[in-house]
Amino acid sequence: MNRINEEAENKPQLKLEFEIKEKDFNVAGEAASKVKKTLQQLGLTPEAVRNIAIVIYEAVMNVVIHATCGQLKVIIIPERVTVLTEDKGIGISNIELAMKEGYSTATHEIREMGFGAGMGLPNIKQCSHKLNIKSQVGVGTVLEAIIYLPSKDEKG
Amino acid sequence: MTLGELVNLLDFETLTGEVNLDKEVKSGYVSDLLSDVIANIDEGSVWITIQRHINILGVAKLKDIIAIVIPRKLELEQEVIERAKSEKIAILRDFRPAFEISGLIFNALKRG
Repeated sequence: MNRINEEAENKPQLKLEFEIKEKDFNVAGEAASKVKKTLQQLGLTPEAVRNIAIVIYEAVMNVVIHATCGQLKVIIIPERVTVLTEDKGIGISNIELAMKEGYSTATHEIREMGFGAGMGLPNIKQCSHKLNIKSQVGVGTVLEAIIYLPSKDEKG
Repeated sequence: MTLGELVNLLDFETLTGEVNLDKEVKSGYVSDLLSDVIANIDEGSVWITIQRHINILGVAKLKDIIAIVIPRKLELEQEVIERAKSEKIAILRDFRPAFEISGLIFNALKRG
Protein backbone atom coordinates (compact mmCIF):
# COMPACT_ATOMS: atom_id res chain seq x y z
CA MET A 1 0.00 0.00 0.00
CA ASN A 2 1.10 3.54 -0.63
CA ARG A 3 1.96 5.73 2.24
CA ILE A 4 -0.49 8.50 2.88
CA ASN A 5 2.01 11.23 3.31
CA GLU A 6 5.60 10.65 2.32
CA GLU A 7 7.95 12.77 4.40
CA ALA A 8 9.77 14.30 1.46
CA GLU A 9 10.82 17.62 2.91
CA ASN A 10 14.50 18.23 3.18
CA LYS A 11 14.61 19.07 6.88
CA PRO A 12 16.59 17.67 9.78
CA GLN A 13 14.66 14.69 10.96
CA LEU A 14 14.97 11.76 13.26
CA LYS A 15 13.36 8.51 12.26
CA LEU A 16 12.76 5.60 14.62
CA GLU A 17 11.56 2.27 13.26
CA PHE A 18 10.21 -0.84 14.95
CA GLU A 19 9.05 -4.17 13.58
CA ILE A 20 5.74 -5.43 14.95
CA LYS A 21 4.94 -9.14 15.02
CA GLU A 22 1.57 -10.76 15.60
CA LYS A 23 0.63 -11.16 19.27
CA ASP A 24 3.89 -9.58 20.42
CA PHE A 25 2.19 -7.57 23.15
CA ASN A 26 5.44 -6.33 24.69
CA VAL A 27 6.48 -4.36 21.63
CA ALA A 28 3.85 -1.64 22.20
CA GLY A 29 5.09 -0.73 25.66
CA GLU A 30 8.72 -1.05 24.65
CA ALA A 31 8.46 1.06 21.49
CA ALA A 32 6.44 3.72 23.28
CA SER A 33 8.91 3.82 26.20
CA LYS A 34 11.92 4.10 23.88
CA VAL A 35 10.41 6.91 21.83
CA LYS A 36 9.29 8.63 25.02
CA LYS A 37 12.86 8.67 26.31
CA THR A 38 14.16 10.07 23.01
CA LEU A 39 11.51 12.81 22.97
CA GLN A 40 12.30 13.77 26.55
CA GLN A 41 15.98 14.04 25.63
CA LEU A 42 15.02 16.26 22.69
CA GLY A 43 13.30 18.57 25.16
CA LEU A 44 9.69 18.23 23.97
CA THR A 45 7.00 19.45 26.36
CA PRO A 46 5.67 16.83 28.82
CA GLU A 47 2.23 17.15 27.22
CA ALA A 48 3.55 16.41 23.73
CA VAL A 49 5.59 13.49 25.04
CA ARG A 50 2.55 12.09 26.85
CA ASN A 51 0.31 12.38 23.79
CA ILE A 52 2.84 10.85 21.42
CA ALA A 53 3.48 7.93 23.79
CA ILE A 54 -0.26 7.19 23.97
CA VAL A 55 -0.62 7.36 20.18
CA ILE A 56 2.30 4.96 19.70
CA TYR A 57 1.08 2.49 22.32
CA GLU A 58 -2.45 2.35 20.94
CA ALA A 59 -1.42 2.26 17.28
CA VAL A 60 1.03 -0.57 17.88
CA MET A 61 -1.47 -2.48 20.03
CA ASN A 62 -3.93 -2.33 17.15
CA VAL A 63 -1.37 -3.98 14.87
CA VAL A 64 -0.49 -6.58 17.52
CA ILE A 65 -4.11 -7.47 18.20
CA HIS A 66 -5.62 -7.34 14.73
CA ALA A 67 -2.92 -7.71 12.07
CA THR A 68 -0.41 -10.36 11.05
CA CYS A 69 2.64 -8.11 11.04
CA GLY A 70 3.57 -4.50 10.59
CA GLN A 71 5.91 -1.65 11.14
CA LEU A 72 6.00 1.47 13.26
CA LYS A 73 7.79 4.59 12.11
CA VAL A 74 8.14 7.71 14.18
CA ILE A 75 9.40 10.73 12.25
CA ILE A 76 10.47 13.71 14.30
CA ILE A 77 11.05 17.14 12.79
CA PRO A 78 11.10 20.42 14.75
CA GLU A 79 7.49 21.27 13.83
CA ARG A 80 5.81 17.93 14.34
CA VAL A 81 6.01 14.25 15.12
CA THR A 82 4.45 11.74 12.74
CA VAL A 83 3.49 8.30 14.02
CA LEU A 84 2.97 5.85 11.19
CA THR A 85 1.93 2.20 11.40
CA GLU A 86 1.59 0.02 8.34
CA ASP A 87 0.30 -3.51 8.70
CA LYS A 88 -0.65 -6.59 6.75
CA GLY A 89 -3.83 -8.15 7.99
CA ILE A 90 -7.59 -8.20 7.94
CA GLY A 91 -7.99 -4.44 7.58
CA ILE A 92 -10.87 -2.34 8.87
CA SER A 93 -14.17 -2.67 7.01
CA ASN A 94 -15.87 0.33 8.61
CA ILE A 95 -13.47 3.01 9.84
CA GLU A 96 -16.24 5.26 11.13
CA LEU A 97 -17.54 2.47 13.34
CA ALA A 98 -14.02 1.58 14.47
CA MET A 99 -13.56 5.17 15.63
CA LYS A 100 -16.54 4.88 17.96
CA GLU A 101 -15.61 4.62 21.62
CA GLY A 102 -16.41 1.18 22.97
CA TYR A 103 -16.66 -0.51 19.57
CA SER A 104 -14.24 -3.41 19.27
CA THR A 105 -13.76 -6.56 17.23
CA ALA A 106 -11.18 -8.00 19.65
CA THR A 107 -11.66 -11.57 20.82
CA HIS A 108 -12.81 -12.54 24.29
CA GLU A 109 -9.27 -13.64 25.25
CA ILE A 110 -7.82 -10.29 24.24
CA ARG A 111 -10.50 -8.46 26.20
CA GLU A 112 -9.88 -10.56 29.29
CA MET A 113 -6.31 -9.25 29.26
CA GLY A 114 -7.64 -5.72 29.45
CA PHE A 115 -7.06 -4.90 25.79
CA GLY A 116 -9.66 -4.41 23.08
CA ALA A 117 -11.85 -2.05 25.06
CA GLY A 118 -12.70 -0.07 21.94
CA MET A 119 -10.72 2.91 23.17
CA GLY A 120 -7.63 2.63 20.99
CA LEU A 121 -8.60 4.72 17.98
CA PRO A 122 -10.58 7.25 20.06
CA ASN A 123 -7.50 7.68 22.29
CA ILE A 124 -5.29 8.20 19.23
CA LYS A 125 -7.69 10.77 17.83
CA GLN A 126 -7.83 12.64 21.11
CA CYS A 127 -4.05 12.74 21.48
CA SER A 128 -3.15 13.79 17.93
CA HIS A 129 -3.89 16.83 15.80
CA LYS A 130 -4.38 14.94 12.56
CA LEU A 131 -5.33 11.33 11.99
CA ASN A 132 -5.50 9.54 8.66
CA ILE A 133 -6.45 5.91 8.32
CA LYS A 134 -6.46 4.00 5.06
CA SER A 135 -7.49 0.40 5.09
CA GLN A 136 -8.23 -2.33 2.63
CA VAL A 137 -10.10 -5.38 3.89
CA GLY A 138 -7.92 -8.47 3.66
CA VAL A 139 -4.83 -6.44 2.80
CA GLY A 140 -3.95 -4.14 5.67
CA THR A 141 -4.10 -0.76 7.29
CA VAL A 142 -2.01 2.39 7.24
CA LEU A 143 -2.44 4.78 10.14
CA GLU A 144 -0.80 8.16 10.27
CA ALA A 145 -1.13 10.44 13.27
CA ILE A 146 0.47 13.87 13.44
CA ILE A 147 1.23 15.79 16.59
CA TYR A 148 2.30 19.39 16.04
CA LEU A 149 4.91 20.72 18.41
CA PRO A 150 4.78 24.16 19.96
CA SER A 151 7.62 26.38 18.71
CA LYS A 152 10.39 27.32 21.14
CA ASP A 153 8.79 30.76 21.80
CA GLU A 154 5.39 29.25 22.57
CA LYS A 155 6.91 26.93 25.14
CA GLY A 156 7.81 30.04 27.15
CA MET B 1 4.03 10.15 51.14
CA THR B 2 6.62 7.62 50.02
CA LEU B 3 5.66 4.17 48.81
CA GLY B 4 7.44 2.70 51.83
CA GLU B 5 5.32 4.77 54.22
CA LEU B 6 2.17 3.74 52.37
CA VAL B 7 3.18 0.07 52.54
CA ASN B 8 3.80 0.31 56.30
CA LEU B 9 0.60 2.20 56.97
CA LEU B 10 -1.66 -0.17 55.05
CA ASP B 11 0.35 -3.32 55.63
CA PHE B 12 0.70 -4.26 51.95
CA GLU B 13 2.74 -7.26 50.90
CA THR B 14 5.77 -6.23 48.79
CA LEU B 15 6.58 -8.78 46.08
CA THR B 16 9.47 -6.83 44.62
CA GLY B 17 11.51 -6.16 47.77
CA GLU B 18 12.88 -2.65 48.15
CA VAL B 19 11.94 -1.46 44.65
CA ASN B 20 10.61 2.15 44.67
CA LEU B 21 9.90 2.22 48.42
CA ASP B 22 11.71 5.57 48.59
CA LYS B 23 9.62 7.08 45.75
CA GLU B 24 6.97 9.70 46.39
CA VAL B 25 3.41 8.56 45.60
CA LYS B 26 1.45 11.40 44.05
CA SER B 27 -1.81 9.77 43.10
CA GLY B 28 -3.57 6.52 42.32
CA TYR B 29 -5.79 4.96 39.68
CA VAL B 30 -8.04 1.90 39.51
CA SER B 31 -8.79 0.21 36.20
CA ASP B 32 -8.40 -3.11 34.42
CA LEU B 33 -8.62 -1.64 30.92
CA LEU B 34 -5.14 -0.87 29.70
CA SER B 35 -6.24 1.85 27.25
CA ASP B 36 -8.02 3.61 30.09
CA VAL B 37 -4.93 3.47 32.26
CA ILE B 38 -2.65 4.66 29.44
CA ALA B 39 -4.94 7.63 28.79
CA ASN B 40 -5.83 8.66 32.32
CA ILE B 41 -3.31 7.69 34.99
CA ASP B 42 -1.05 10.46 36.32
CA GLU B 43 2.68 9.88 36.41
CA GLY B 44 3.96 8.91 39.84
CA SER B 45 0.83 6.94 40.67
CA VAL B 46 0.02 3.59 42.17
CA TRP B 47 -2.19 1.46 39.91
CA ILE B 48 -4.71 -0.96 41.38
CA THR B 49 -5.64 -3.76 38.97
CA ILE B 50 -6.49 -7.44 38.81
CA GLN B 51 -4.57 -7.77 35.51
CA ARG B 52 -1.44 -9.79 36.18
CA HIS B 53 0.01 -10.65 32.75
CA ILE B 54 3.43 -9.35 31.75
CA ASN B 55 2.02 -6.49 29.64
CA ILE B 56 0.95 -4.53 32.69
CA LEU B 57 4.67 -3.77 33.09
CA GLY B 58 4.77 -2.10 29.65
CA VAL B 59 1.93 0.17 30.73
CA ALA B 60 3.60 0.86 34.07
CA LYS B 61 6.92 1.71 32.47
CA LEU B 62 5.34 3.96 29.89
CA LYS B 63 3.40 5.94 32.48
CA ASP B 64 6.14 6.01 35.16
CA ILE B 65 3.89 4.12 37.53
CA ILE B 66 5.57 3.58 40.91
CA ALA B 67 3.66 0.49 42.01
CA ILE B 68 1.02 -1.95 40.81
CA VAL B 69 -1.29 -3.06 43.60
CA ILE B 70 -2.91 -6.48 43.22
CA PRO B 71 -6.08 -7.00 45.27
CA ARG B 72 -7.65 -10.12 46.85
CA LYS B 73 -4.28 -11.83 47.24
CA LEU B 74 -4.42 -12.94 43.60
CA GLU B 75 -1.53 -15.05 42.35
CA LEU B 76 1.22 -13.69 40.09
CA GLU B 77 3.67 -15.57 37.94
CA GLN B 78 7.27 -15.41 39.11
CA GLU B 79 8.32 -14.20 35.65
CA VAL B 80 6.22 -11.05 36.07
CA ILE B 81 7.69 -10.36 39.50
CA GLU B 82 11.27 -10.82 38.30
CA ARG B 83 10.69 -8.61 35.29
CA ALA B 84 9.09 -5.95 37.48
CA LYS B 85 12.19 -5.95 39.69
CA SER B 86 14.49 -5.43 36.73
CA GLU B 87 12.23 -2.72 35.27
CA LYS B 88 12.07 -0.99 38.68
CA ILE B 89 8.32 -1.25 39.08
CA ALA B 90 7.05 -2.25 42.51
CA ILE B 91 4.35 -4.88 42.82
CA LEU B 92 2.31 -4.82 46.01
CA ARG B 93 -0.41 -7.20 47.06
CA ASP B 94 -3.22 -7.12 49.58
CA PHE B 95 -6.04 -9.40 50.77
CA ARG B 96 -8.66 -6.65 50.47
CA PRO B 97 -10.68 -6.05 47.26
CA ALA B 98 -9.86 -3.15 44.90
CA PHE B 99 -12.68 -0.97 46.26
CA GLU B 100 -11.36 -1.07 49.81
CA ILE B 101 -7.74 -0.66 48.77
CA SER B 102 -8.61 2.42 46.71
CA GLY B 103 -10.42 3.98 49.66
CA LEU B 104 -7.50 3.34 51.99
CA ILE B 105 -4.90 4.71 49.58
CA PHE B 106 -7.07 7.70 48.72
CA ASN B 107 -7.44 8.64 52.38
CA ALA B 108 -3.78 8.06 53.14
CA LEU B 109 -2.69 10.34 50.27
CA LYS B 110 -5.24 12.98 51.23
CA ARG B 111 -3.89 13.12 54.76
CA GLY B 112 -0.40 13.29 53.27
